Amino acid sequence: MIAALILGCSIVFFLQFFVPYCRSLIAASSNHILSPEVRDVTGLTTPASGEDFHRVIQLLHLCPDRPEDRGEIRAVGIYFEMVDFLKTVSRSIAPSVRTWTERELGRCTYFAAVALDRRVAFSRDLLAQQIEA
Amino acid sequence: MPGSASYAILFLGTLLEALVVVCAIRRKVFRKYFVLNLYMALCLLVSWGRHYILAREGLASLNYRYFYFYTDALLTIVLYFSLISLYVSVFEEMKVGRYLRLGAVLLLAGTSWFTYAVVSQSSHKILTYFAFELSQNLYFVGLVLTYVLWAAVLKMRQTPALLVQLVLSLGIYFSFFAACYALSNLHPTLYSRVSVLFPVVGCLLPLSWVYAFWRVPNEARLSPARLAMAGVSR
Repeated sequence: MIAALILGCSIVFFLQFFVPYCRSLIAASSNHILSPEVRDVTGLTTPASGEDFHRVIQLLHLCPDRPEDRGEIRAVGIYFEMVDFLKTVSRSIAPSVRTWTERELGRCTYFAAVALDRRVAFSRDLLAQQIEA
Repeated sequence: MPGSASYAILFLGTLLEALVVVCAIRRKVFRKYFVLNLYMALCLLVSWGRHYILAREGLASLNYRYFYFYTDALLTIVLYFSLISLYVSVFEEMKVGRYLRLGAVLLLAGTSWFTYAVVSQSSHKILTYFAFELSQNLYFVGLVLTYVLWAAVLKMRQTPALLVQLVLSLGIYFSFFAACYALSNLHPTLYSRVSVLFPVVGCLLPLSWVYAFWRVPNEARLSPARLAMAGVSR
């Protein structure tokens, strides 16, 4: 009984920490201005749409991997799926939640585009260093 | 002996633990978050010790098991004090650090006493079982304390983004382990399956701290209320 209670509390607490954590990651990237190249390649609109998320992630996987942002991209990916599920569920029940979910999905897409921008810049620096060497 | 994937995860975890300390020194926040860095440095030492014993005596040896559970209890206690150090940082202006530390020691003593009371009735290998149970109980106590800390942070208008990310990642870590232990208490046969996830999740805490120390600027501030689930309608 106590173990079940602890399990229930832990899952609720986990969500209470996981959602703000993902939102803090997204908020940290919201001030980043995307380079024109990344904007062209991704074709992002303003504000970004959640429909582009998977496409941007695919582009992200084409770039050389960076260990320090891998966990964050995965966390935001899980958060995206959670919000997308909420959007599907709330479609007919609560239209106000749907508006919020669409905005949130767009912010996830922008986060992915910022990560792509950083990876492109990182690859470019790496290439420049190799040419210099 | 563990497979190459287990070794790779062990190596990755050790590398990330070292990277946390390096990033904290580089960002000049090593002293500010001293207990957190002490925890990571201890993790590094323990990882090395576990690897040494694993290579010499194998996964099934008693020495490895004892070393694993005792060091796990030790690390959980240090992690508990890392959380208390975050409390001290959050309530720095109120000058209540002394009371917080005293309260933390009393709570730890209470948890240890409770654990001993439970263990002494149900096992003959008291010390080993005590170390294992204490870790489990401290994960749950840590989870509740992190939740209380997060609730306090939510009341603040502006909080350093670095502190917010450290608290939230610690909360995720504690809640995951507390859930895993509760699940394995509900269905003891699941422990062997659930414990496979421990090294992977163990990597997530140093990974998120590396990100926080590396990426989040010192001066960056967040409004925590806007991050919470309650902020959904905003």
